[in-house]
Amino acid sequence: MSKNIITVYLRGVIFLMINMINVSKVYPNGSKALTDITLRIEKGEFVFLVGPSGAGKSTLTKLIFREEQPTRGQLLFHGKNIARYKPREIPFLRRAIGVIFQDFKLLPNKTVSENVAFALEVIEASGREIKKSVPEALELVGLSNKADAMPAQLSGGEQQRVAIARAIVNNPPLVIADEPTGNLDPDTSWEIVHLLQEINKCGTTVLMATHAKEIVDGMRKRVIALEKGRVARDEERGAYGYED
Amino acid sequence: MLTVMRIRTIGYFVREALKSLNRNSWMVLASVGTVAVSLIIVGVSLITVMNATYLATRLESNVEIIAYMKTEVNEEEALALKKEINKIPGIAKLQFINKDQALQEFRRELGDQKNMVDALGGQNPLPHLFKISAIAPEDVEKVAGALEKMKQMEKVDYGKNVVDKLFAITKWVRLVGIVVIVLLGLAAVFLIATTIRLTVFARRKEIQIMKILGATDWFIRWPFLMEGIVLGFTGAIIAVVIVDLSYVTATDYVRENLNLGLFGLQTDPHFLMALGAAMLGVGTFIGALGSSISIRRFLKV
Repeated sequence: MSKNIITVYLRGVIFLMINMINVSKVYPNGSKALTDITLRIEKGEFVFLVGPSGAGKSTLTKLIFREEQPTRGQLLFHGKNIARYKPREIPFLRRAIGVIFQDFKLLPNKTVSENVAFALEVIEASGREIKKSVPEALELVGLSNKADAMPAQLSGGEQQRVAIARAIVNNPPLVIADEPTGNLDPDTSWEIVHLLQEINKCGTTVLMATHAKEIVDGMRKRVIALEKGRVARDEERGAYGYED
Repeated sequence: MLTVMRIRTIGYFVREALKSLNRNSWMVLASVGTVAVSLIIVGVSLITVMNATYLATRLESNVEIIAYMKTEVNEEEALALKKEINKIPGIAKLQFINKDQALQEFRRELGDQKNMVDALGGQNPLPHLFKISAIAPEDVEKVAGALEKMKQMEKVDYGKNVVDKLFAITKWVRLVGIVVIVLLGLAAVFLIATTIRLTVFARRKEIQIMKILGATDWFIRWPFLMEGIVLGFTGAIIAVVIVDLSYVTATDYVRENLNLGLFGLQTDPHFLMALGAAMLGVGTFIGALGSSISIRRFLKV
């Protein structure tokens, strides 16, 4: 037991959050989504993943929460090879990763707080935990007053904030956001990115795939650019670097 | 897989199962109905077979033999034969009934319908006959065999003959019952599988979200399994209520209105209880099987 705790702790200290070594992904239909990707993301980083449509951004995020598996190469999460996870361990990998999507993926027939609580229900958290954590998460995203509203009654930005609350309610060390501002106007997009920045400041690693040039340029964070499935650029305090 | 489940998790499964049952009400009706009908047939055939077996044991322990003589044998010849019959070992009682007595008895048995005898127009088609009691049930077959060898005998009736016929009938009841049960059982499994498939499709978005949020496979599967089990169990309860109520009504009716004496229906509460439990078990199994098929085929977790 104690050995286990130490191992987990040491993994957190010693190992990188994400370590990809020569990762390639070829889909069964033959299309090469990623080729020879090698990159390291450390704990606590805020990383933008940019690149034209079809460059492999979504595939890369899907590899991390094991919606897809690499065809070649190794992908280590906290130092553990993701390919080594047994099927029944995958849910526990996913509990360590909060995911945010462009289309929010909220359940339309549940209220805001029920949607957030759902993340804890499916991992069989206790009722006490749910009662405590859900209001905290809603507070953090600034939606305490909308707890009982239905998603359809909210604006796009508010819906995305519910999705963020759901992603972080069980305190995952990593948050992956796949084009979280794709459906939002510029002002709302900035609100969402600032929220992600807040979450990052609390120690959570954030990986955000995006097309939003202004935001990437304005934030001056690490930028990884993908082109045709390869890493074209990896810069600290980078810029979007494309005209599209 | 089934580690200790939290109470609230079980509550969640039941809620989800009931919610989706409410959504597909027509499919629910069809699958519950099919389970009920197939289990009613299971119940009825089991009751029939059980009653036949019960009747058979009572008939077999009946030591009475009736030997019908050929119609051309007259009364003197028959009485002469009586001495002959008395020599057969194992006979406790031997009674000669001439054909006029037999007709009288027949008329009495018919009761209200005795004018059927009058319609014969004074003719008596019945033969002379002997009523013989064996000392012990195991002697019956030997005695009957000796009687059958006598050339004056037309036919020798005793429990075993009737029992053989009864078993021939129950064999058919059982055979037809099994075929119908299997076919209806398959239909029930198929309908439940379809109902669950509809639920899986209606909730595929939710299932995808659950997976991303880190739900275990069994957490996702349980509500669907529960839904199938509820369908099967409900059908079984309907079948049990119908079969038990109608059987109790039938036995009451038989006891009060048909004076069958020896041939009454069996009323054993233990049997009815065991039958009910078996039907509930089978119904639950059908439900679990149907949903497992859909979960395996359509729930990619």
